[in-house]
Amino acid sequence: MATTVIPFGPQHPVLPEPVHLTLKVEDEIVKEAIPALGYVHRGLEKLAEIRDYHQMITVCERVCGICSMIHGTCYSQSIEELMGIEVPARAEMLRVIWSELHRMHSHLLWLGLFADAFGFEALFMQFWKVRERIMDINEATAGSRVIVSVNIIGGVRTDLSPDQLRWILSELEIVEKEVREMQDTIMNDYSVKARTVGVGYMSKDDAYILGAAGPTLRGSGVASDMRMLGYGAYSELDFEPVIETSGDCWARSAVRFREVGQSIDLVRQAISKLPEGDLAAKVKGNPPEGEVYMRVEQPRGECVYYIRGNGTKHLDRLRIRTPTFANIPPLLHMLPGCELADVPVIVLAIDPCISCTER
Amino acid sequence: MLFTPTVIKNLLKKPATRNYPFVVREPFPNFRGELVIDIEKCIFCGMCERKCPSQCITVDKQAGTWQCDPHACISCGYCRDNCPTKCLTMNDTHRKPMAAKVTWIEQGTPPKPKAKKAAAEKKTDEE
Ligand code: SF4
Ligand code: SF4
Repeated sequence: MATTVIPFGPQHPVLPEPVHLTLKVEDEIVKEAIPALGYVHRGLEKLAEIRDYHQMITVCERVCGICSMIHGTCYSQSIEELMGIEVPARAEMLRVIWSELHRMHSHLLWLGLFADAFGFEALFMQFWKVRERIMDINEATAGSRVIVSVNIIGGVRTDLSPDQLRWILSELEIVEKEVREMQDTIMNDYSVKARTVGVGYMSKDDAYILGAAGPTLRGSGVASDMRMLGYGAYSELDFEPVIETSGDCWARSAVRFREVGQSIDLVRQAISKLPEGDLAAKVKGNPPEGEVYMRVEQPRGECVYYIRGNGTKHLDRLRIRTPTFANIPPLLHMLPGCELADVPVIVLAIDPCISCTER
Repeated sequence: MLFTPTVIKNLLKKPATRNYPFVVREPFPNFRGELVIDIEKCIFCGMCERKCPSQCITVDKQAGTWQCDPHACISCGYCRDNCPTKCLTMNDTHRKPMAAKVTWIEQGTPPKPKAKKAAAEKKTDEE
């Protein structure tokens, strides 16, 4: 059988992200996939040399257009650890609230895009309709839909009033109800299952060895969630990693779907446990010499920040490893052997965020 | 098939989307929109210039000008939060699209007290 080479991306109707895959196809079956990255490299890490460490929060928030809040939190936490700043308990809890709102809207966005990948337009619209409520919460509480920009070194800069907290809870009530309505469709519908069950299988050991992250890893049955490390206020909240064991695209979507519910629950817990107190600690001086390694859980998986301070207001080095980067080797493992028509589903199942991979 | 009830419900309900641009949603009160400066209150301290992460503000104390590149502004609001005289505010609407690149320059009165202060300092020195 002759081999055909099919270029997939960086511009592709089903793939909103600029990743290029060279697919070697034999008789509609993918034999090999070779990735090419680097289409949207922006050099954000280098900016640490000309922006001071406060201004870098704004830059880090723009690493990813979807989980901006969690990037900002991770960066602030690493600077706080380097400088030995004690963050007020209220600020940490508020960070959890916005982080979980971000996780929710990121997963809803992905569930919509995933539905779009197998051609279920109506479900796509429905998920995005629900997501709009969360975007409204972000906008009303923090001032912007996506880049909420609430983190500052030492805490947060926006407070939530009791009225706003009540409003968030009532909105979440509606979100939960609307998401529940779609549970049957995304998990049990015949046509959805036909496109996802058994597609892009990865065993538990493979997922672990290849270093998968986030729902891709948990979909294969590995209970690894960086929030379990208890950074920020997560140590005070009660939750467990969501896992599925079938290791296919269905499992990954089920993990994300159930995580939406988990996030709603976490926001509720955080609101009920929200302590009174200051919003931010006073920050004096520059980060001292030294290095810090910080891991947080993003919607797409584990995100790692490495920073090295040199005693000036600029950082020596800022290094970001995003979850999609970790998920590319598993993707290349899943693609060979699948049908060409399943490629978009498998690629989307890792929730690729190429812009943050390339920064 | 399992999606049918939702589809039927949606058919019977009002549309979820707005007929933009004819119907525009009320902005939320805290929205970080367009930056506005009350130049009369500005003391040209340059705090906004130092805090701005996109470095789009230039303050000239001598000439009494406050200058901003609105295209580079990311509406983060750090300048507003750090302005000592609270002369920067943000309104709750987006900046309108522009057809040409502009630099936004505000001419204010350069601070006079500087001379006075210097004189006052001299006096204390002499004492
Ligand atoms: S921080 Fe405020 S007072 Fe100072 S220069 Fe800027 S606008 Fe003027
Ligand atoms: S809102 Fe942010 S980007 Fe815009 S001028 Fe102020 S500090 Fe600079």
